[in-house]
Amino acid sequence: MFSNILIYFVVIPLLMLAGVALSRNIKQIRAVAVVGSLALTTLSVYLLCSYLALRGNGEAMQFVEKWDWFKPLHIQLAVGVDGISVAMLILSSIILLTGSFASWKIEQPKAFFLWLILLSTGVFGFFISVDLFTMFMFYEVALIPMYLLIGVWGSGNKNYSAMKLTLMLMGGSAFLMLGLIGIYYHSAANPADYTWNILEIVKNGSISKGWQYFLFPMTFVGFGVLGAMFPFHTWSPDGHASAPTAVSMLHAGVLMKLGGYGCFRVAIYLMPEAAHDLAWIFLILTGISVVYGAFSACVQNDLKYINAYSSVSHCGLVLFAILMLNTTAMTGAIMQMLSHGLMTALFFALIGMIYGRTHTRDIRLMGGLMKIMPFLAVCYVIAGMASLGLPGLSGFVAEMTIFVGSFEHADWFHRAFTIVACSSIVTTAVYILRVVGKLLLGPVQDEHHLSLTDATWWERTSTVTLILCVAAIGCFPNFFADLIKFTFSPQIFSVLGMN
Amino acid sequence: MDFIIPLLILAIPLFNFLLLGIGGVKMSHRLAGTIGCIGMGTVLVLSYYTAFNYFFSGNEAFIIDGVRKAATIFNVTWLEFTKNLVIKLGFLLDPISAMMLIVIPTISFMVHVYSLGYMKDEKGFQRYYAFLSLFSFSMLGLVVATNIFQMYIFWELVGASSYLLIGFFYTLPSAVSASKKAFIVTRFADLGFLIGILILSFYTQTFNFADLTNNPQNVLLSTGGATFLGGSVLTWALVLIFTGGMGKSAMMPLHIWLPDAMEGPTPVSALIHAATMVVAGVYLVARMFPLYLMEEFALQFITVVGAITALYAAIVACTQIDIKRVLAFSTISQIAFMMVSLGVARPEHHEALGYMASMFHLFTHAMFKALLFLGAGALIHAVHSNNYTAMGGLRKYMPITHWTFLIGCLAIAGIPPFSGFFSKDEILSACYSQSMFWGVWMSIVAGMTAFYMFRLYFLIFWWDTPDYSHHHHKPHDPKFAMSFPLLFLATVSVFAGFIPFGEFVTWNGHEYTIHLNTVIAVTSVVIALLGIGAAYVMYSKKNEWPARLAGLVPWLWTAAHHRFYWDEIYLFITHKIIFNGICRPIAWFDRHIIDGTMDGFAYITNKASVAIKGFQSGKVQMYVWWYLIGALLLGAITAVCWM
Repeated sequence: MFSNILIYFVVIPLLMLAGVALSRNIKQIRAVAVVGSLALTTLSVYLLCSYLALRGNGEAMQFVEKWDWFKPLHIQLAVGVDGISVAMLILSSIILLTGSFASWKIEQPKAFFLWLILLSTGVFGFFISVDLFTMFMFYEVALIPMYLLIGVWGSGNKNYSAMKLTLMLMGGSAFLMLGLIGIYYHSAANPADYTWNILEIVKNGSISKGWQYFLFPMTFVGFGVLGAMFPFHTWSPDGHASAPTAVSMLHAGVLMKLGGYGCFRVAIYLMPEAAHDLAWIFLILTGISVVYGAFSACVQNDLKYINAYSSVSHCGLVLFAILMLNTTAMTGAIMQMLSHGLMTALFFALIGMIYGRTHTRDIRLMGGLMKIMPFLAVCYVIAGMASLGLPGLSGFVAEMTIFVGSFEHADWFHRAFTIVACSSIVTTAVYILRVVGKLLLGPVQDEHHLSLTDATWWERTSTVTLILCVAAIGCFPNFFADLIKFTFSPQIFSVLGMN
Repeated sequence: MDFIIPLLILAIPLFNFLLLGIGGVKMSHRLAGTIGCIGMGTVLVLSYYTAFNYFFSGNEAFIIDGVRKAATIFNVTWLEFTKNLVIKLGFLLDPISAMMLIVIPTISFMVHVYSLGYMKDEKGFQRYYAFLSLFSFSMLGLVVATNIFQMYIFWELVGASSYLLIGFFYTLPSAVSASKKAFIVTRFADLGFLIGILILSFYTQTFNFADLTNNPQNVLLSTGGATFLGGSVLTWALVLIFTGGMGKSAMMPLHIWLPDAMEGPTPVSALIHAATMVVAGVYLVARMFPLYLMEEFALQFITVVGAITALYAAIVACTQIDIKRVLAFSTISQIAFMMVSLGVARPEHHEALGYMASMFHLFTHAMFKALLFLGAGALIHAVHSNNYTAMGGLRKYMPITHWTFLIGCLAIAGIPPFSGFFSKDEILSACYSQSMFWGVWMSIVAGMTAFYMFRLYFLIFWWDTPDYSHHHHKPHDPKFAMSFPLLFLATVSVFAGFIPFGEFVTWNGHEYTIHLNTVIAVTSVVIALLGIGAAYVMYSKKNEWPARLAGLVPWLWTAAHHRFYWDEIYLFITHKIIFNGICRPIAWFDRHIIDGTMDGFAYITNKASVAIKGFQSGKVQMYVWWYLIGALLLGAITAVCWM
């Protein structure tokens, strides 16, 4: 079992949990968190290299292995990765690393890091699983700690937000669970062969079209709630606004990606025919998300609300692109997931740092921060530029890939929605520049702010790491595009019959 | 040709940007300025070498049988969307990009040198040079683009560096809002550009300029006659792409950002908002000109937009008080000249004379407009105000600035032998050859150009000398770092007209000699002299004429002074309609309706559980009652069914 590299993505977080539990003071906890997440980052880069070496062998997934867990129900611990999961694993480990730096001075560090690492265990487990049941289990492991992390370490109306976020996501899980069980009962022609294993279900191809029509919406909505799909996105602004910095980073950076990843890996991958026929319904919803989120962000005054609505818009674009069901757009979707993950984590990190100093997130009460904390302000501008799609940073390449891919559909329905989605590049510029103008530029608004200090070394480490990643994707996009696109070429091609 | 030198032309400014941007904080002003100037100086030498090589080496890659060719020096894959649609980053050398390789580094280098003096005492001097380097990099990348997506990439980068430079004085609210406005207006235009690219690339399956322009007939065929709302898709694509150009080149109605962009430091206005970035739209149309020739409507659209903009900007320029704004509107008007010239160019009329004329005017205009702006910078430095009301009689105090500014004005007014005369004359010839109407129209605008420029000139250097004694010092000419660029650009403005442009830049690479059309030349000089004469009468000495004339049609003067209320219209649309009419209702809807529904579910669940929790009372008597009622009901139902 331990000869498989993937299993270490769960083992290392578990060891970290033990390490944190045994730590005596905050220094040891920080050491465990940083060393552990560095180990995870190294591991994911190593995985990337070995994946690239292996991927030409014609298999849909690499490092595939399975161990029986509960035989009567055919539940297995089955693992395997393709280019998309590798990309997601790298993203998660980087965000965990930078998130640890961003929570350097957190109160009650032991409990905080225990829950945070448990949450990451769920995330890593989710991305390596190919068994629907274990996947769902890890999914829940990732969601539940959120309640405590927001409820205890949060700010503002935290009890309400924590409750709302958890209940709405649980509501999504209910749909999802129904869908997954439905898939299980149609996973093979013969009840003795029923399986939760995604790869085997695809091979069997025994879900009838009628059932697909039922199961596709179930799973898509189930994951879509976490992907902040309109109209199930309202947990996002409240939840993010109350969450502590590192939790916002992980949640917007990684957890919302679970939604997009799940929509692709389960809903579309297993129910391709229904996806093809029903995509239009969700295209409308996600198209609304893109525009609606952007317009809503224009009038918010709380930094976290702005970023949360901006996430609704950007994550809407992820689902929007997935539903285009062609290689280019889907490649763009995954790139947008990477890009948005890094970018929004950077945003939330910076907002947390600014909030920690000024004790307000209301942009009307702040101004001219560029003069007071130039480092943080410049990082904020860079994050903003990435968000509004400046070439050379990650947002541009992802969005352009999505738009070019979406435009491959020649019918007016797709065209119209693509053009509407394109228009978000203008709205995004509006709300980003509004914040930059009010918050960072102009005269200093509050004289008390003049005595504030610029970023500390751990904050610099956190933000610079994220900026470098954003710039890496933006400057060398073809490496990432190729990593992702390769995954789509052999098997999706046969599954969806798309080009 | 070796790829090292072209690569360095792009790499040096980029490297300088990173160096100054990251390490600038620890540098002294002198060091940062030196690094910036040396870097740009090197680029200047390298790009002169490259352009010289292109035009004069006779290399077979560049010219075959007297026909100039486009040569791709290098082209590397940057992002592959599909097998055909690939973004490459490359270096294209053809007549217009070689010409831009002379224009951009020249102006940029002059601005770098000038800023050593102009920005000397400003905070953030290093940052300023970093942004200048970023801008130079982006602009150079834009003109050498081998494919339309590379152009779009650098187009966006140019927009961002322009944003950063306009907002350089970031503590001033006016600068912040001006930079925001510039970015958002051009972004809106870029949306059109992007959609245009998407449409074009969908049908042609290529981004490459070479594929698009070498065989425009094929492009037309590839659309398969598809139409949308009565226009062919190619027309739509070209018009949308031109929209992007309208944004950057400040054509009506997307011109509103350019006058405000004057909030940036004056050398920046000279570099970006007069000589280089704002002509990007013209360059874009010129780059895709063979394709535009396929669609008559697109060219007519360009002509009409250009002609209206030219007239509008000329009228407004006559009434502005801020000297930089006068120059800004004059820039808008002159760029519109270039656009019209492209719009009226047809191969059947003198080998598309308009194309050559447009590029010629782009070249000469860059020189004399940069000169005028840098001169304005010297004036502003001297009197610490942007308004001509604070100036007057300055010819006695600032002779160098005076003479160079006069040369600039003569050049833009089109007086021989200054450079503007030649290029403008070609544009007018092109207009007349296409239609009498546009010819007369543009001639009138040319006359107004002479008038408003000399109005400015007389008001600054003649008129009435105000009391300068309250200043720390009398106004005086700037130091060498600032006067050298003035003298250099003035020299170029005098002689640039004698360049035989037709031998270098033509739409299809065939050389031809240009000759002046005597009738048009004489008419345009007479019209220009009339304009200057009118300005002389009205403004050479302090008198009542200007006020009296303005009083004659007060509404026209007020409307022109307020730029025909375009800003107010936009403010109304953005604030009242979009912000208050769309964004706020959406935000409200989200909080109250969507979220209200979600909260409503929770509320109902809560209430329902409160309502039924009485059943779980723990009182045995109650349970027995419910048991009995239940049993009786069941019994009754069974009985009814059984019966």
